[in-house]
Amino acid sequence: MKQLDAERQMRRRKRKNTIFHALFLSSTLFGVIALGMLLIQILSDGLGWLNWEFLTNNASRKAEKSGIKAAIAGTLWMMSITAPLSFIIGVSTAIYLEEYAKKNWFNRFIQTNIANLAGVPSIVYGLLGLTIFVRVFGFGKSVLAGSLTMTLLILPIIIVASQEAIKAIPVTQRNASFALGANRWQTIIRVVLPSALPGIMTGSILSFSRAVGETAPLIVVGAVAYITTLPSGVFDKFTVMPIQIYTWANLPQEEFHHVAAAGIIVLLFMLLSMNAIAIFLRNKYQKKN
Amino acid sequence: MFNSWLRKGSIILAAFVLLFSLAACGTESKETPTTEGAKEQEGSSMELSGEINIDGSSTVFPISQAVAEEFMALYNDVNVTVNLSGSSNGFKALIAGEIEIADASRQIKDKEVDALKAEGKEAVEMPVAFDGITVVINPENDWATEMTVDELKQIWEGGSTVTKWSDVRAEWPNEPIKLYGPGPASGTFEYFTGAINGTKNESRKDYTPSEDDNVLVTGVSRDKYAMGYFGFSYYVENQNKLAAVSIKVDESAVAVAPSVETIKDGTYKPLSRPIYIYPVKSSLSQPEIQEFLKYYMSEEGQALAEEVGYVALPAEMYEENLSMLP
Repeated sequence: MKQLDAERQMRRRKRKNTIFHALFLSSTLFGVIALGMLLIQILSDGLGWLNWEFLTNNASRKAEKSGIKAAIAGTLWMMSITAPLSFIIGVSTAIYLEEYAKKNWFNRFIQTNIANLAGVPSIVYGLLGLTIFVRVFGFGKSVLAGSLTMTLLILPIIIVASQEAIKAIPVTQRNASFALGANRWQTIIRVVLPSALPGIMTGSILSFSRAVGETAPLIVVGAVAYITTLPSGVFDKFTVMPIQIYTWANLPQEEFHHVAAAGIIVLLFMLLSMNAIAIFLRNKYQKKN
Repeated sequence: MFNSWLRKGSIILAAFVLLFSLAACGTESKETPTTEGAKEQEGSSMELSGEINIDGSSTVFPISQAVAEEFMALYNDVNVTVNLSGSSNGFKALIAGEIEIADASRQIKDKEVDALKAEGKEAVEMPVAFDGITVVINPENDWATEMTVDELKQIWEGGSTVTKWSDVRAEWPNEPIKLYGPGPASGTFEYFTGAINGTKNESRKDYTPSEDDNVLVTGVSRDKYAMGYFGFSYYVENQNKLAAVSIKVDESAVAVAPSVETIKDGTYKPLSRPIYIYPVKSSLSQPEIQEFLKYYMSEEGQALAEEVGYVALPAEMYEENLSMLP
């Protein structure tokens, strides 16, 4: 009798395990299938429209003449300011908070605020950028104003990701460095940062990807929807890929929805290459350490 | 240890330098064709140069973009940029002096006129085309092809109790009516509620709203018992998937279907509305803006408005616009 009970219990536990196994597997598949369907739909819609003319033409009222040149250039310009700026400020902030800052109420206050900032809707950053960079600082609706707004938008994410990476370095490694006579700065630059770098890079490049894909704050800050000149300096007007795609997708003509899909393919390609760089760098440095 | 870090550091630095020099190269190499293209055609262009910045309604955007595209083909040294941040934001940018022309799917409000005045500016109202807001039903819907303004009001007014088609007319199917329309931020919403419900921005709220008109098109085209409204150009592009409701001003009037002719001659009532551009008055003396506005109001400009799905105004309205140029 007792054995029968035990057997029943065992069966129940196994069944539970099977159920949760299936549940977790289906959760995983849900994401994969959704991504697969998205890719198939976008590729079948847009691949036929993707050609060299599409990459080198400007936007047009005619679908077959439309291209994404100005938007690609605008996105590259914006990222060439946003990426280094947010990386430098973000990593420096993370080092300060983790290595130098004392655990007092003021630093806890900063810490809480950074975590909260990471959750602020992006349109709010747009309005902030419009008020501060465009109007108060007088940068106008320029590449610079857009880039600085995007820097603000992704800073909290970079800070939090870098902090996590720095936190993951065992305290014994730091102590070993101090024991050898190194001061805090030497410890940070030679012990902490090299080990934390893969995590910092992954977090940063993923947030750069977010900046590449954002539309709403840039519409507010004044990236324009139709422009035929490329920026030649940071005070020039510009457009970015997501805005161009959004504009096309909103038009009534069916052909423009294909053009939008072709634009999405270019954007996805850019995002996936950035993620690939992130993974590559992470693997490279993980092996060495 | 130090050396190994130095090595790692330099690799990362190199990677970054490579990344951004690639980015910079990308932009530079793409810039060359434009300048070459501009040089090639320099002979054909007249001596106009400068920048024209337009922002405002997304409804007017396709016309302004088309006019800008053709205008820049004529005058290579003029750069026109067009944005679509919405009618209200367009006026704000006009007040802030960031643009020279505002696109608007509604008339300028008194407080916007005042704000302009405070800056020492004035805007000139120029209607550029008609848009006929179209009430659409599924092509399989064979009962509601004609409706009166009163019936539309019954369906769409705030606090409406209509839930089934039979609530509007007893002989119509006893099936739930599914409603689709633009969201409250849209100029189309404002005009429709004003013209049909009598009070601007007052509407029932239990319908499916979307700022993306293509979502509304898809919604109505998939449901036999659906109904929605949006700009004429979205109906024209989707005539195979949708049917337009002919509208009677009152019980005794003739039902009029939206078409280029009925919108143009004003018989499609009350949902035909003009859309506008508002150049700032002080900029009218600039030759490139003057020429741009002339092109906007020319026969080519009107043809472009029709090409992108709007209805050109009667000729005398364009002439009136032109008479406002210095």
